[in-house]
Amino acid sequence: MKKLAACLAVAAIAATACGEGSGNGSDDRTVKVVHLDFGGGDPTADWLQRAKKQYEKENPGKTVKLQPITGGVEDYYGQVARMQQSPSTAPDVVLEDSSTIEADAQAGHLLPLDDRLKQWKDWDRFEDAAKTATRAQDGKTYGVLMASDVRALWYNKKLLKDAGVTIPWKPESWGEVLDAARAVKDKGAADVVPLNIYASKAAGEGTSMQGFEMLLYGTGDTLYDEQAKKWVPKSKGFDDALAFYDTVFSEQLGPSPQQALSGELPNTVNEKMLPEGGLAIALDGSWLPRAWEGDGWPEWQDTMGIAPMPTQDGQEPGATSMSGGFSLAIGKKSGNPDGGWDFLTTALDKANTAWVNTRGNLTTVREDVAASAGYAERNASVAPLTELLKVTHFRPALPDYPKVSAEIQAAVESVATGQSEPDEAAETYRKNVTAIVGADQVK
Amino acid sequence: MSGPRTPPAVAARHPNLRRALGPMAPALLLLTVFFAGPIGWTFYAAFTDSALTGPGAADTMFVGFDNFTQLFSDPRFWDSVLLTVVFVFFSAIVGQNLLGLFLALVMRGRARAARGAVGAIVVAAWVIPEIVAGYVWFAFLSDDGTLNSLLRGLGLEGTSWLVMTPMLAVILANVWRGTAFSMLVYSAALSEVPTDLLEAASVDGAGPLRRLWHIVLPLIKRTMVSNLMLVTLQTLSLFTLIFVMTAGGPGTKSQTLPLYMYEQAFKLFQIGYGTAVALVLLSIGAVAGLVYVRVLKVEV
Repeated sequence: MKKLAACLAVAAIAATACGEGSGNGSDDRTVKVVHLDFGGGDPTADWLQRAKKQYEKENPGKTVKLQPITGGVEDYYGQVARMQQSPSTAPDVVLEDSSTIEADAQAGHLLPLDDRLKQWKDWDRFEDAAKTATRAQDGKTYGVLMASDVRALWYNKKLLKDAGVTIPWKPESWGEVLDAARAVKDKGAADVVPLNIYASKAAGEGTSMQGFEMLLYGTGDTLYDEQAKKWVPKSKGFDDALAFYDTVFSEQLGPSPQQALSGELPNTVNEKMLPEGGLAIALDGSWLPRAWEGDGWPEWQDTMGIAPMPTQDGQEPGATSMSGGFSLAIGKKSGNPDGGWDFLTTALDKANTAWVNTRGNLTTVREDVAASAGYAERNASVAPLTELLKVTHFRPALPDYPKVSAEIQAAVESVATGQSEPDEAAETYRKNVTAIVGADQVK
Repeated sequence: MSGPRTPPAVAARHPNLRRALGPMAPALLLLTVFFAGPIGWTFYAAFTDSALTGPGAADTMFVGFDNFTQLFSDPRFWDSVLLTVVFVFFSAIVGQNLLGLFLALVMRGRARAARGAVGAIVVAAWVIPEIVAGYVWFAFLSDDGTLNSLLRGLGLEGTSWLVMTPMLAVILANVWRGTAFSMLVYSAALSEVPTDLLEAASVDGAGPLRRLWHIVLPLIKRTMVSNLMLVTLQTLSLFTLIFVMTAGGPGTKSQTLPLYMYEQAFKLFQIGYGTAVALVLLSIGAVAGLVYVRVLKVEV
């Protein structure tokens, strides 16, 4: 029996060790910050390091523990969601995508910040759109946006010029985008991909947001009717957006099927195809230059041009864009919410926000940063990209959005690979979305 | 052998049982905690709306058979079931099992050097980690991969194999990887077949096929059932190889049940729904096991 008791004791110790090994032992002296390490020259990690140093200097005896998570955005959501399940692993401060705030607020993962925000004088400096982006449907605010982003057409001036397209290029309809891509295909080098638009499940949210939604929101139709508070599972705009994909891939204006399906494509486009002149037009995010500047391609400003993504037929307002953004939030199960809040306000004060916005080529959401010296002048992309905030759209911030987004990716991929015709894919989408959100939640 | 007596209490019938329980207790405890525990939890979670985020994460509710109703009315689930059946049939039952038997038969009675060489090659495919095997096949079949380079060398046009023929690609990869297991199992069984029986048959004029059909196969029938069952269950739950090669795509063209389950549970965070898929997968395995035992009418 002695042996048995010993074995049991060992097992018990092992079990406790497992329980605590991944835990943080959160107390009021340590702030645990969980964030995504985007890689590719992204300054988020450096920005949090700066804030950590400043916080530890201003609060002697307290420490900040940064926990970077590497991998794709979807993996990150999953990892954080699992950490949020238990007080021993829950973060004090978490880098939170504004589009997941609603779902995580409903899940009880996040702490409402309203009382603290009322006392924070900097909060008045944030633009109204930024304040709305982190407010859930219950009217409470769960995070503070660090920056926003927009999406547009990046084009290689030389490749388009060689194909006979007038520079600066300013397409006024989808047709003109396709015409430019066709010109590159007909007159350009054989190994140049005319146009990239993300079309795979592997590219995840990039396919939904940089790709499909950039088309859909230029048709006048939307995914969700904010007035009626209902999803729109079927619209002409939806069909037309899929038809655009069909044209791109059936006329071989896009990347090869294997390239298009690779989860690596976003990095390949940013770090290889565009810098090496292998891609003429890319429908992509405003953050691309940070990799170029980090990788020693300062000449990108001479090579690359930016054109707003036109609406379908040039209808008002002529261009469209999609915006999102990451915020800092506080975990509801945090053992040190006060320390978390102090760190959050340090990281998001004017100086640190300006630093990360400039380094990441992100669109600032603070008026005082936008007006500060050096922000607008840092490179040629800032002015045209900031202009897009006037026409930009936000994704429906609803708990069902990630599932609807996955349906969009499946529909787009099946059209791009020729697995189904656009009308079949649209019908599958209608059926699946209706099943996901419920028949009473659709128009 | 207890015989046809009235069954006494288990402990009384096995007087050693109580004494054996003591030393076994830690193992039993660990098994309960780490094996039965998760399975029990799966049964529970499959009947809830448990999720990693959204309303289901805050207050998980018991939803009865909702997950299963939803599952059985989802055409993608049935597509996945079909793909899983195709995958298991061609890669495990036909591919690994028959090829393994064939290799074992061919290698029997060959020179030791030949046996060693073939064995080493086949087993090498089996011992490398699954993720490496997946990557090797990805590199072989990708656009700029070895196969297309070889074809180009011969003046032929390759294609995007992983996009155009995803199921064929993952089936081939799984046959390549798993055949060694069946081959080893059959080699062991064949070495137990008495040579005098075979010699007697051949003296009576039985050709090689006849000897195989009437002597060898009946003698290794039990091994066959075990092997079929093992490779079926292994292949049914295969995830990494497919995930690395095609990730279930393009679209859903190679999305077998484990990949469907992964997508639901870890990409869409629907834990309850994902575990319901896991239970279905478990029952398919159980049914497959029963079928083998029944159809081949042998006790295992």
